[in-house]
Amino acid sequence: MSYEGWILLTAALVGISCGVMGVFLILRRMAMMADAISHTVLLGIVTAYLITRELSGWHMLVGAIIAGLLTAVFVQWLHSLGVQQDASIGVVFTTLFAIGVIMIATKTGNVHLDVQHALMGEITFVPWQTMEIPLLGEVPQATFILSIVLAIVLVMILAFYKEWKITTFDAALAASLGIPVMLMHYVFMTLVSITTVASFDAVGAIMVVAMLITPAAAAYLWTDKLSIMLVLSAVFGVLSAIGGYYIASWIDTSISGSMAFATGILFLISFIGSPRHGFISRYIRPVTLAKE
Amino acid sequence: MSVLKVEDLSASYRKNKVLSDVNFNVKPGSLTGIIGPNGAGKSTLLKVMLELHPSLSGKVSFFDSTLAKTKRRVGYVPQRGSVDWDFPTNALDVVLMGLYGKIGWFKWPSKQDKELALEALAQMGMADYADRQISQLSGGQQQRVFLARALVQDADLYFMDEPLVGVDAATETAIMTTLKRLKSAGKTVMVVHHDLLTVEDYFDHVMLLNRTIVEYGKTDEVFTKDNVQKTYGGSLRWMKEA
Amino acid sequence: MLDIFLSPNAQWVLFSTLILGTAAGMVGCLSYWKRQSLMSDALSHAALPGVVIAFSILGYKNLPFMIFGAAVSAFIGAWLIQLIRSSSRVKEDAAMGLILSVFFGLGIMLLTVVSRKGGGNQAGLDSFIFGQAASMVRTDVYTMMAVAIVIIAVVIIGFKEWKLFLFDPDFAKGLGLSSRLMDGLYLAMLVLVIVIGIQAVGVILMAALLIIPPVSAHYWTMSFKRMLVLSAIFGGGSGLLGTLISTMGKGWPTGPFIVIASASIFLVSVLAGTQRGLLVRALQLQLQRKQHRLESRPIPRQPVKEGK
Repeated sequence: MSYEGWILLTAALVGISCGVMGVFLILRRMAMMADAISHTVLLGIVTAYLITRELSGWHMLVGAIIAGLLTAVFVQWLHSLGVQQDASIGVVFTTLFAIGVIMIATKTGNVHLDVQHALMGEITFVPWQTMEIPLLGEVPQATFILSIVLAIVLVMILAFYKEWKITTFDAALAASLGIPVMLMHYVFMTLVSITTVASFDAVGAIMVVAMLITPAAAAYLWTDKLSIMLVLSAVFGVLSAIGGYYIASWIDTSISGSMAFATGILFLISFIGSPRHGFISRYIRPVTLAKE
Repeated sequence: MSVLKVEDLSASYRKNKVLSDVNFNVKPGSLTGIIGPNGAGKSTLLKVMLELHPSLSGKVSFFDSTLAKTKRRVGYVPQRGSVDWDFPTNALDVVLMGLYGKIGWFKWPSKQDKELALEALAQMGMADYADRQISQLSGGQQQRVFLARALVQDADLYFMDEPLVGVDAATETAIMTTLKRLKSAGKTVMVVHHDLLTVEDYFDHVMLLNRTIVEYGKTDEVFTKDNVQKTYGGSLRWMKEA
Repeated sequence: MLDIFLSPNAQWVLFSTLILGTAAGMVGCLSYWKRQSLMSDALSHAALPGVVIAFSILGYKNLPFMIFGAAVSAFIGAWLIQLIRSSSRVKEDAAMGLILSVFFGLGIMLLTVVSRKGGGNQAGLDSFIFGQAASMVRTDVYTMMAVAIVIIAVVIIGFKEWKLFLFDPDFAKGLGLSSRLMDGLYLAMLVLVIVIGIQAVGVILMAALLIIPPVSAHYWTMSFKRMLVLSAIFGGGSGLLGTLISTMGKGWPTGPFIVIASASIFLVSVLAGTQRGLLVRALQLQLQRKQHRLESRPIPRQPVKEGK
């Protein structure tokens, strides 16, 4: 495949996996957890690097899962101690992120890993770091890991679709039916962590938040069906990833930044124009259905 | 056989003890109203029994067994305000959720399950709203969907947290008819209730609760002026004639 | 260590992070009770495009003008979050995450363009992402301090109004306290403290300065007044401590060290806090259990029951 082809494929994979995870993130009102995990995953990556002295994708994946789960556990713990939910998120992620930045600044000496790269991502490097896959030949490592992660995400979402739905909608009922709500929560956080770290190379820590939340929020304005919302969100994710790439090459600027910006434009269009929940429809067509 | 037996149950919420030494034994086929002032621990009692909130001490047994072993036989209707009604789903889907425990892991709801759910909706007079997005239902309709979801669970023991709050008269009648039908089918129902005026019409048993059980028994025996005043601390004006 | 105190510039920098920490601790306390802790994170990220645009208009680094740019863009961010929340079904957390990441993305886009065109000048802009207190010059310090002192004064002067406004806004309205005015003032202070802080701490970690001190303070007291004071002290203390440590290594960023200092105070508070600290809690639970046993079991020594 061509150089540009790999980049577009990688971007599309990021769009789909983030889009799908994002739907549950915003419905569970955990958008800011995504922000938190995207930051703390940096600590996981740095630690993995300091232990193994190797910048391998798999080590990073493990480091990221541990960091993501730790974030979720700490936030839950602080919350159980009576700290407001959003304050606990704020305390945990800023602290873990600060530790990560300090470790980079003091220990690694900026040799292989620089903060800039982890935060902004650099999708243009993706096609150069390849690995040998049987049958497929040379495949960029990031693209390969992303496809595996996407497969995991899709299998987990589809296999436990009704459990995700019920724990998201009504956790109390789910618990009373014997569904392990807490376990599902941590599994979900693990999925968010691996999605985040797999998208790192392409879009970086902060822009991954845009990919997670914005397409899902836009999809939320177009439909009242969860399954359609999932599909729409994935489509929006792909559109903004690819759109962002072309915007970036058009004005010659950061690709990840442009992707985040493109998700914003898509949301803006949905926010203004969506026939169901858009800004205009709210004022043009007064509510007739709500009360009967 | 006892449906539900609670011994020495105590629980605290934050720093305050909200339930202490609660003891009772529920008869099968009874329809009980749980009555008490604000902060008496009514909702907490339900949550502690269902292990959704930790207890300080005590023992709760369901059908002479533990909750874990009899989960299928216990149904719970949370307060309507506890969920996000903007969730992208329709009424039928919410009712189907009541079957998720029965359907089991990895399996998707079958056609039969959907028919069961539709039937439950029809029983609550909501058949025409099956495809309606839940945020476009009125408060009363939302509550009926919740009731339909409980019906479809086909449990033997139901807990309902304030199902009659903020609903229209038609819904109130529909819900009470359903509860009475459940009772005559041999099911046991416990309802957190707040309207003292309707207690005698609606329930055959009453539990007067204020941090501990003041009185529990048949409505005509227990629901007296003295007992109610004891529960509400005497501040309540007794509105019943004679 | 000693030469830090000898260099007058370093002293000024130290003093400015102290004041900044104090102001952030106080405003953070207001955010905590408005239950908007993460709003500060969203707004500090949303400030980035404004900083870059202000820089590219002038073509050189001028702190007051960049603060102005940051403030404008943070205000737009705040307004958009409010608009999305109030006129669509998207909830507040999603709206914040959305504005935060999209604005940051836009900021990075612009930053890349500016630094490509401006060449060597970008070093100054990078410090806005992670914070580099040492890169501040005397006039920067003056600007920061002036703004911080105004903020501290506004919180102190309006103390009882803030308390009322946070605790019971409807009642406050009844007393003739315009909640629109208070909301506006609060948002203005929040934005200002964020924008003066990003030069020293960076957009990513600025939120920590507002979030962690009040949470720590809450472990020590139940009174709003004492919480405000403690939060200010914790904030100022971590600003001072973090800056000191960061000057020890070459090229060490200030922001992360301030956050670590703040987190250490937090850890101590969680453990030893006199109001809700873990130690106190453990004692309380013991006491509650004991009391419960005494009350409910008049007969001493019963056969041991299994489980709970």
